[in-house]
Amino acid sequence: MELVELFLCFAKIGSLMFGGGLAMLPLLQRELVGRKKWVTEEEILDYYAIGQCTPGIIAVNTATFVGRKRKGVLGGIFATLGVVFPSLVIITIIAAFLANFADLVFVKNAFAAIRVCVCALILNSVIKLGKKTIKDVPAAVIFVLVLAATLLTDLSPVLFVLASALCGIVIKNVRARG
Amino acid sequence: MIYLVLFWEFFKVGLFAVGGGLATLPFLSSLGARTGWFTQGMLADMVAVSESTPGPIGVNMATYVGFTTAGVPGAVVATIGLITPSVIIILIIAGFLEKFRQNKYVDQAFYGIRPASTALITAALIGLMAISLFGTSTAGLLHITSISIKPLILFAVLMAVTNIKKVRDLHPIVFIAASAVIGIIFRFAE
Repeated sequence: MELVELFLCFAKIGSLMFGGGLAMLPLLQRELVGRKKWVTEEEILDYYAIGQCTPGIIAVNTATFVGRKRKGVLGGIFATLGVVFPSLVIITIIAAFLANFADLVFVKNAFAAIRVCVCALILNSVIKLGKKTIKDVPAAVIFVLVLAATLLTDLSPVLFVLASALCGIVIKNVRARG
Repeated sequence: MIYLVLFWEFFKVGLFAVGGGLATLPFLSSLGARTGWFTQGMLADMVAVSESTPGPIGVNMATYVGFTTAGVPGAVVATIGLITPSVIIILIIAGFLEKFRQNKYVDQAFYGIRPASTALITAALIGLMAISLFGTSTAGLLHITSISIKPLILFAVLMAVTNIKKVRDLHPIVFIAASAVIGIIFRFAE
């Protein structure tokens, strides 16, 4: 039964997810952290970091992670099929009947505003995550450095994730001794 | 055997595109050029539709290309092909993670990774805001051509409204739907 629940829950997230992978964040916080308590905010951040370093779509990676955690390998597969199912239906219908969908004036107008809304929703999510993860000076330093490096250089995020993992180990060990 | 070819081609896209949906674009562009399944112009239309519909953009693209190439079965096969590599890889990593989660060093590593992950999300959001609020075509604030006041007002109103106590708990789709209506009434795309 929980397999069906996983499928349906991620199908709901997939169908409400406007604006790409990052738009999943407010939905994950609401549905999975808040309502169902399947994962914590920290775990979502871990999944996102790993998703940045591995191939594939972030939303798919996150679904696989959450499903795997709840119900093993089958859970991972059901959650992933759930998150892609709405895309299959919606895109197929549009491709078959509404090829000029993206050119319709009302669609363009609606989406220009939806994109603004998605930014506001994600900003709220990021503030919430920041309050949880940036609690001391070393964490704040890592945040500022990675943010600056991502915005100012073309280096791969994989590098930043590995470097910050190393920093985490060094900081914790230095602290334990001092 | 178009289905096998579709599956294999999208399997490769899923395996090599690191870092989210739009990372699949260069792979799809060369796929179209190589196979003749779709032109670059069609690809641009597919991106527009994929960005204007719910769902992960990479998945939307795969479905669209698959459908264009081989109908509904093509859409299913291309999408399954795209997600198969990452499902396998994530299941393996999740297995390791579960095994080593209690390990002291893994725990310490995640202490460093979480603020970094927050920073990566923040950087992606800044790119998104540059496009959505300031209308830059690339994710650089240096390329602002013309600033429209409408998105900025909507953004300010939404930030205020979504932080009011009772309103805050409404489902995100309520704000998205309301924004869509506002966008249509006030012609946000102009």
